[in-house]
Amino acid sequence: MDSTAHIAMSGVSLSGIRKTYGVRTVLKQIDMELAQGELVCLLGPSGCGKTTLLRILAGFETPDHGQVMLNGQDVTHLPPNKRRMGMVFQAYSLFPNMTALQNVRFGPRVRGLGDTKSQLSEAERLLGMVGLGAHIHKFPHQMSGGQQQRVALARALAVKPDILLLDEPLSALDAKVRAQLRSEIRRIQQETGITTVFVTHDQEEALSISDRVAVMSEGHVLQMASPTEIYRTPADGFVARFIGAGGVLAGTTDGAGVRVGDAYLLAYAASQHPAGSAVELFLRPEHVTLNQRDVAAPAGAVPATVQEVTFFGSLTRIKLGLHDGDAGEIWADLPSDHAGHYALGMPVWASWAPESPRVLARQ
Amino acid sequence: MSVTASEVEAPLPKPSARKAYGARRTLSTGNWIIIALGAIFFITPLVMTGIFSFWEGGSKYGWSAYVLMFEAPGFWASLFLSLRLGVETMILTFVLLVPAMIFVHLKAPKLKPLFEFISNLPFVIPAVALIAGLTTVYTGPAWLISTPNYLVIPYFFLCLPYTFRSLEVGLGTLDVRTLTEAGQSLGGGWGQIIFLVILPNLRSALVGAVLLIMTTVIGEFTFASVLLFHNFAVFINDTGQNAITEAAALSLFAFLLTWVFMLGVLITSRRGAATVGGAH
Repeated sequence: MDSTAHIAMSGVSLSGIRKTYGVRTVLKQIDMELAQGELVCLLGPSGCGKTTLLRILAGFETPDHGQVMLNGQDVTHLPPNKRRMGMVFQAYSLFPNMTALQNVRFGPRVRGLGDTKSQLSEAERLLGMVGLGAHIHKFPHQMSGGQQQRVALARALAVKPDILLLDEPLSALDAKVRAQLRSEIRRIQQETGITTVFVTHDQEEALSISDRVAVMSEGHVLQMASPTEIYRTPADGFVARFIGAGGVLAGTTDGAGVRVGDAYLLAYAASQHPAGSAVELFLRPEHVTLNQRDVAAPAGAVPATVQEVTFFGSLTRIKLGLHDGDAGEIWADLPSDHAGHYALGMPVWASWAPESPRVLARQ
Repeated sequence: MSVTASEVEAPLPKPSARKAYGARRTLSTGNWIIIALGAIFFITPLVMTGIFSFWEGGSKYGWSAYVLMFEAPGFWASLFLSLRLGVETMILTFVLLVPAMIFVHLKAPKLKPLFEFISNLPFVIPAVALIAGLTTVYTGPAWLISTPNYLVIPYFFLCLPYTFRSLEVGLGTLDVRTLTEAGQSLGGGWGQIIFLVILPNLRSALVGAVLLIMTTVIGEFTFASVLLFHNFAVFINDTGQNAITEAAALSLFAFLLTWVFMLGVLITSRRGAATVGGAH
């Protein structure tokens, strides 16, 4: 058995998925495999096709081409109610005429899973698991948005799905509830071991919750890897720009560095490209060190000027303009306790370890 | 879990609290004058009709018109016929219109303007023209065209502008697509989703549609008269030809019947709202 077949037997496999609406091709040849118990985030900007892909998985859309395999079975043309998938929607989707308990019991009831007593006790257990044990008899309009999404999560789990599909379930919630529910979703997913696909356009959400992240753009999966790998070694310029913050500088390779305008920026990764080739240098803000100009320039440092100072609590992000030519901008994250003396317009030395920058061929 | 949802999330304000805020507003004198004028405009004809219905000639007043009305041959038959036709129209509406509107909301939202245009046609097509067209189109079967049941077809169209609007408002307050997809993802079939999810949440709209159908059908005269069926409105008209106080009593009775329907509908929908909670 090859590796693809192994994954297909135990999880989800999407192969050659294409979807077109009129003249607009939304998904272009998507191939993806999810292992059993894995949480994968589909991450990308609006219109990249991530929700369409999720809806194809759920059975609400049929691909023009390609195959969806679930546990070794072809479910491409299986209607949604015949698939063993639970879904939580972006919009509050609780049935308004039912209490939280009745909502959670709905799936087992229509699927005929167990008798009434066992359905109710299971629904109560799931509501307790999402922290709503004291609210089981409330109607949706009597609950907050976060509580409604918890009920929706319990309802999706009640049908004992093979896959849990989450379509931007936190996007309508405020920041605090969002962070709390995010970690609870991850905890519950790990406890239950359900293979989960989570759609989001929020990179922080994707990086913090996933086993793997699939970064999508214009109907393609550009990179699918662990959050760490996506962050540290983005496959291309789009991924590097979309994930995390950082400076992106266009230049040409020159030995162990990149020449950007008149500036020469140290980057060992430049040596992987032929000399003189057009590249982009990506530099994460946590890799940049700042020194005031009244000290001697550290090795490889370039002169820069503070252009913007943004306070984020424990961290302060400083935007820097490079002096030499029209080279571009980089960012530096400093502990806020040490960032107080950097003011707008201040000349500084910016330096970094030569192995830190990522250098990618310019497209 | 160390922290419960209730501890960190404040629930939305209760609807009752929002209503209480609105209830504190008082009406101005100008508002009261407008309401009083409106009440006089609507109530005066009813009061005068009521007084006239008790007139027994000269300065004598009594219940004779009402006694004669209830004892008149054809009264109960025509009343029950109108009620039966109302129920049949309601069934036809629920079987044809409700699924069609749910389908349009779910699968063909672009057809909504066309649907709305068609539903408003009965406003601009004269009743006589409509009945002429229908009698041309529907020429059988005999059990339908030769019985008063035939009236259900024009009544369906006659009520369409009202029933469409009532259901459209109800469907507009629901995210039908998301609720349907949620139901499907949980394993529900179309029947289960429509009967367990969509229709219970359309209770107010459906009850409103029923009210409008019953009041329209009970008062309908032209179709029944042209097609020579003896419904309640035709009975009132016939009675009015030679017994005008009875006709006045009948008119008041028809009004009362409508009000009873309305009261029943209001009570039902309020009870429904209390039971189903966030359905509205």
